[in-house]
Amino acid sequence: MKLLFKYPGIILILTLMSASVNAALTIQITQGVEGALPIAIVPFDTSRLDVELPADVAEIVANDLNRSGIFKSMDRQKLPAQPHYSTQVLYPRWRTAGQEYLVVGRISQKSPGQYDIEFQLLDVLKQKQLAGYRIPVKKRGLRSSAHEISDLIYEKITGTRGAFNTRIAYVRSQRDEARKYILQVADTDGFNAQTILESDQPLMSPSWSPTGQSLAYVSFENDRPEVFVQHLKSARRSKISGFNGINSAPSWSPNGKMLALVLSKDGNPDIYTLNTTTKRLTRLTRNRAIDTEPVWGKKGKSIIFTSDRSGTPQLYQVKATGGKPKRITFEGRYNAAASISPDGKYITMVHGERGQFKIAQLEIETGNLTVLTDGTLDESPSFSPNGKMILYASTRGNNGVLFAVSVDGRAKHKLSDQTGDIREPVWGPYKLKN
Amino acid sequence: MKQYSLTSKLYLLVVVAFFVNACATTQDVSVADESAQTETGVLVESDGVISITDDDGGASASAFSDEPMTAQQMLDQSDSILASRTIYFEYNSAKLSDETLSILEAHGAFIAENGNVEVRLEGHADERGSREYNIALGDRRAQTVRRVLLLQGASTDQIDTVSYGEEQPAVSGQTEEAWAENRRVELIYQVR
Repeated sequence: MKLLFKYPGIILILTLMSASVNAALTIQITQGVEGALPIAIVPFDTSRLDVELPADVAEIVANDLNRSGIFKSMDRQKLPAQPHYSTQVLYPRWRTAGQEYLVVGRISQKSPGQYDIEFQLLDVLKQKQLAGYRIPVKKRGLRSSAHEISDLIYEKITGTRGAFNTRIAYVRSQRDEARKYILQVADTDGFNAQTILESDQPLMSPSWSPTGQSLAYVSFENDRPEVFVQHLKSARRSKISGFNGINSAPSWSPNGKMLALVLSKDGNPDIYTLNTTTKRLTRLTRNRAIDTEPVWGKKGKSIIFTSDRSGTPQLYQVKATGGKPKRITFEGRYNAAASISPDGKYITMVHGERGQFKIAQLEIETGNLTVLTDGTLDESPSFSPNGKMILYASTRGNNGVLFAVSVDGRAKHKLSDQTGDIREPVWGPYKLKN
Repeated sequence: MKQYSLTSKLYLLVVVAFFVNACATTQDVSVADESAQTETGVLVESDGVISITDDDGGASASAFSDEPMTAQQMLDQSDSILASRTIYFEYNSAKLSDETLSILEAHGAFIAENGNVEVRLEGHADERGSREYNIALGDRRAQTVRRVLLLQGASTDQIDTVSYGEEQPAVSGQTEEAWAENRRVELIYQVR
């Protein structure tokens, strides 16, 4: 069938070099937690530097820890003292100020553009050091190092690995003069937003490769949904699926060798897996129903997907090599858009009941379902790589905004973009160690 | 628009003049559109009549109404059933109502009779629920429409389908009315 109308989709590909220093997303904590751990983070000493640094490390750390809902950092104006070394700390002062933890630090210059950040995490009640690190950093990596410090503090106190030094991808849709769709990657605190792709046709369903080096996504640049894979640093991209009909919902296997996707070339939307090296396609569902949104289980042995074969969308599980799918959601008329927790024990999904769509979490073993949000049009949930938070999209008025909620539902913050409406967030993996 | 040579235009004029004369004395008027019948039986301009303009900008003759319209002309008629090019659906459904079915049957017959016509069916869904499921739902709606067209004799290489899911709404808003306007399939024609 020859293409009827060739509206060339105008696309712009930008490499990771074109980063903006300002926050593209503004963050607002909308729900705090009672009983959050009080921690004081004293501004790090920069007096020995001859240049001003582009970021305030202590402030980044405080904001990170606050967003987790587990900590409440002390207001900078109320700090009773400004120690930079543990030897300068008078613990009773901090105990009186109600703090349980204290972070002090200093930044020195090793050579032009190269710095050392030293910090110490102190237990106020036990009056001793819990952790101390020296982190070499280049100016450009300052924010990332601050997030690394947040991760170290978080892990030391909670026992769980932190996910502050990770990135999120999302689609921004602009509605002024001409419609534009922009695929972006940003830090979890909304800074360093970088445009990966800009198009005048829809972009959807971004999916991170397990190493975080590439994104798969759906683009309508050729007037139909096709799946592309783009390497972020080089901006090299290739179309990996452009069959007749629908090509969508790409999802990387945990070992990065396969992509699950949805194709309708054989009649109606079904789940397939594609070997990215051999290009071999394996069909997993053979059903007149809609089968879509495949995601891989933790070990890559099973796939969870959405199907309306029972009448309305529900979640099913099937062996990655094929077999008979088993239904796994039974509460509510609509369950779709699954994301699996890193430990493989939980699934978060869009859950529809009585005409409202919220984010819920299912404990696979027990079948217990908990509703986590109170919106009416919530969608696209995505687990953080430590399984402690879920990022999702919500419609507020005519604008799409993102929210991150802790898995116990108690802490929540909002990420909004002034210039457009944001949707389809996906939380990236832990960064590779260089 | 077909080009007629001067001689055939003159011939046509003569033939028309002959019939006009003939009709002046009888009650029967041989026009396809019956509403053109008048008491005296004179051939009159009506919906079934096309004017062919001479390149010289001179005389314009009225052709017979059984001279077929071109496909483009049929599509350009604002009051024909073919002017209905958006089909609407119920929530989460791809079912066609009786009314939409008859509209689509007319489209299907039109496509079948006009081999130079191609149509692109663009399926859409309202914003509720997940985006990927809505892509599949929009596709299901487009496929339903496609089947009706094929049943009427349209051929597969005249029809292209695509689903935009909830990505290209016709109207924005979180009301039942807005959602109802977004659950649709649009028929986009191209005449070769």
